[in-house]
Amino acid sequence: MIGGPTAVATPETSERPPETKLTPGEWVRKNLFSTPLNSLVSILFGAGLLYLLVGVVGFFITADYQIIRVNLANFVVGRFPRDQLWRPVFATGILSVAVGLTAGGLTIRAEALARETGSTFRRSTPGDWMRRFWPLLLMIAVMLAFTTTVTPTLVSLGVIGSGVVGNYLGRLLPAGARRWGWSIPLLGLAVAYLALSGFGGLDWNQWSGLHLNLFLTVAGIVFAFPLGLALALGRRSTLPTVRAISVTYIEFIRGVPLITLLFMAIFALGFLLPEELRPGNVTRALIAITMFEAAYIAEIVRGGLQGVPSGQVEAAQAVGLTPWKTMRLVVLPQALRHTIPAMVGQFISLFKDTTLVTIVGLTDLLRVSNQANAQPDFLGQGLHFVTLAFVGLIFWVGSYTMSREARRIERRLGVGER
Amino acid sequence: MTATLHPMPVRPPFWRDLRVIRVVTQLAAVVVVGLVVAWLWNNLTTNLEARGLPMGFEFLDGPAGVNIADNEFRPSQPVRDALFVGIKNTLALVVAGIPLLTVIGIVVGVSRLSANWLVAKSAAVFVELLRNLPPLLIIFFVFNAVILELPGLSESWSPFGLLVINNRRISVLGFTASVGVGWFWVLVLVGLLIAFVVWRWRTRRFDDTGEPHHRVLWAGGVLLVAVVVAYMLTGRPVRISLPALEGRRIEGGYSGLGAYFGVLAALVLYTSSHIAEIVRGSIQAVSQGQVEAADALSLSPFQRLRFVVLPQAFRIAIPPIINQYLNYTKNTSLAIAIGYAEITRIVNQAIGNANPAPQMILILMLIYLVFSLTISAVSNVVNRRLRIVGRT
Repeated sequence: MIGGPTAVATPETSERPPETKLTPGEWVRKNLFSTPLNSLVSILFGAGLLYLLVGVVGFFITADYQIIRVNLANFVVGRFPRDQLWRPVFATGILSVAVGLTAGGLTIRAEALARETGSTFRRSTPGDWMRRFWPLLLMIAVMLAFTTTVTPTLVSLGVIGSGVVGNYLGRLLPAGARRWGWSIPLLGLAVAYLALSGFGGLDWNQWSGLHLNLFLTVAGIVFAFPLGLALALGRRSTLPTVRAISVTYIEFIRGVPLITLLFMAIFALGFLLPEELRPGNVTRALIAITMFEAAYIAEIVRGGLQGVPSGQVEAAQAVGLTPWKTMRLVVLPQALRHTIPAMVGQFISLFKDTTLVTIVGLTDLLRVSNQANAQPDFLGQGLHFVTLAFVGLIFWVGSYTMSREARRIERRLGVGER
Repeated sequence: MTATLHPMPVRPPFWRDLRVIRVVTQLAAVVVVGLVVAWLWNNLTTNLEARGLPMGFEFLDGPAGVNIADNEFRPSQPVRDALFVGIKNTLALVVAGIPLLTVIGIVVGVSRLSANWLVAKSAAVFVELLRNLPPLLIIFFVFNAVILELPGLSESWSPFGLLVINNRRISVLGFTASVGVGWFWVLVLVGLLIAFVVWRWRTRRFDDTGEPHHRVLWAGGVLLVAVVVAYMLTGRPVRISLPALEGRRIEGGYSGLGAYFGVLAALVLYTSSHIAEIVRGSIQAVSQGQVEAADALSLSPFQRLRFVVLPQAFRIAIPPIINQYLNYTKNTSLAIAIGYAEITRIVNQAIGNANPAPQMILILMLIYLVFSLTISAVSNVVNRRLRIVGRT
């Protein structure tokens, strides 16, 4: 199997240079005052930094956070009817279970692989989990600090707990269920969607707040993936017209900013469709995002396809696989596995880019921040920095956690190693 | 006998004939795409007609009906001219931003590898903080939470008399030119040519004799002398102009809207964090053996960096850096969110003024496509140059 097992192959400890423990004094001398120039830099730079830090921290300590306390629900779920809040809660719980199940399934799979190849595999300890997901926990803690009742805390604990239970169950999954592992997250998304909008729920064109950003990110990637895969295969096709169509689409989309596509969807889509087919504004934004992401995913998948040695295809042909089976059983599994880190990168980039729907008038998390500052109670009090810092924390934690996970997967897969 | 060894090639049935499949698949692809385009086109013409909007591009000569801040553009001027103003304002962001973000990115990227713990950690925090925030949020933060909170016009803040800062405009030190400035630039150009010749001479001499070339010192010195002489000869045509608040106006210096500086600062910070990551990665990608070889030749740390590490790192770094320039250029479209009149905002305003949206947005996309293709072309040329320099 190309790429080797997913398990971490830890280098022999004897190959590493012996680690030297420095005393704090030695450490300071080595890292801050090694040369006269270094000392000067440390002192001047440190003083400047301290001044800045004191100023910023002071600013945030003395700030009035009433605006966030009052608007917390608006930030998270926007205008979702308050008597129906059980729906997003239930959906989050379902997704948490699905993520836990998938993670648990992946763990036993990696363990099995490690056993087969004889390499060592170490299960993540709770300490590892803390090191990996502390920003997420920090964010939840900050958000809960702004709540006034005990319910949100209980709900958060419940959601985290269901994830842990899901993880435990995932490790008990029989090996035969592994083949269908990919369907768990999709099933989770489908159930969550039904919980939110089915049975008298809220149509997605009414969604807003962080909820909308998350929806646009996940739905954008899920819908764009098949299209991107088709475009990538089209670009590598030997049929000239198919290749020309794919290349034109990909290069055109990659050459324009997302905002122009959003404009197209919001202002011009009405001209391109007959009256009865005109969708709501969130759907329009989703169409623009899907078209945009498909081009970038196509390029990522193309990179993965190029990384599959041609010997693999020849071997598949030699054992008599049809072109379709060659693609599905030999090429794509290898190609897609190596695109995972880049895919996560694209996911992060889309998560940040969903804020652009603010410009075309949708009420996403960033717009809620601006709206809160326009409320009579908070108008003109210069509280933008409070709300934007809060919104920024959410985006930062999401992106930072995901980018670290991407790097972790990258190390595991050995992608990008020289 | 031979007939059984080499049987007559039997053509497979047509549905399994590869040549037929190829033709049919391509035809099907073209027909499907063609049908979709035709359907959209049909809808477009019907809908435009139903709303009484023009099909062609004649509206470009009609009045734009938009006001543009900080520009003498009048609403009665044609849409075409408004678009040019927008392109000019977008370019103003690009031209000022790219050098700034390159310098900041390189400094931060190199700082991340500093031996000084404080410097390395600060650079890491800078990168990890900015890289993981949405650029639009940074723009809002810089504009809404910083620039709009600056003092008003009458209480303008003026540090050292070099800048005038208020919540509407920011003015920086500039230059004014008077008669004779043309001759000044001609002489400076001549000086530049002489400096170039001196540079070549020093290089050749170094190659022939091996004595230190000091070409930077020589060429720089020649250029400095040329500039000073030119300045004196043409009667000091370039003066420094300091901005100053006079009544309700700011006189002198270069002046720009707060929105312009807000977008510039936010996007430069955001993009430079990406550049810093590229620079760091490229330096780390230079193999350790190269560094050790440089040490074995007893090069100084500076020489090691200048002659061994950086030339190799740059070859790795330049294509992704140019890609970031492209991203920066596309991100300038976010300036619309705080009302800076670049091309996206002009188009948005023009659509609001009953100009047909499909055509306007098509024009907007084509303008960005031209920007992108230009940068890609530059990138391709640079890549080709780098390949020649590189190992084969």
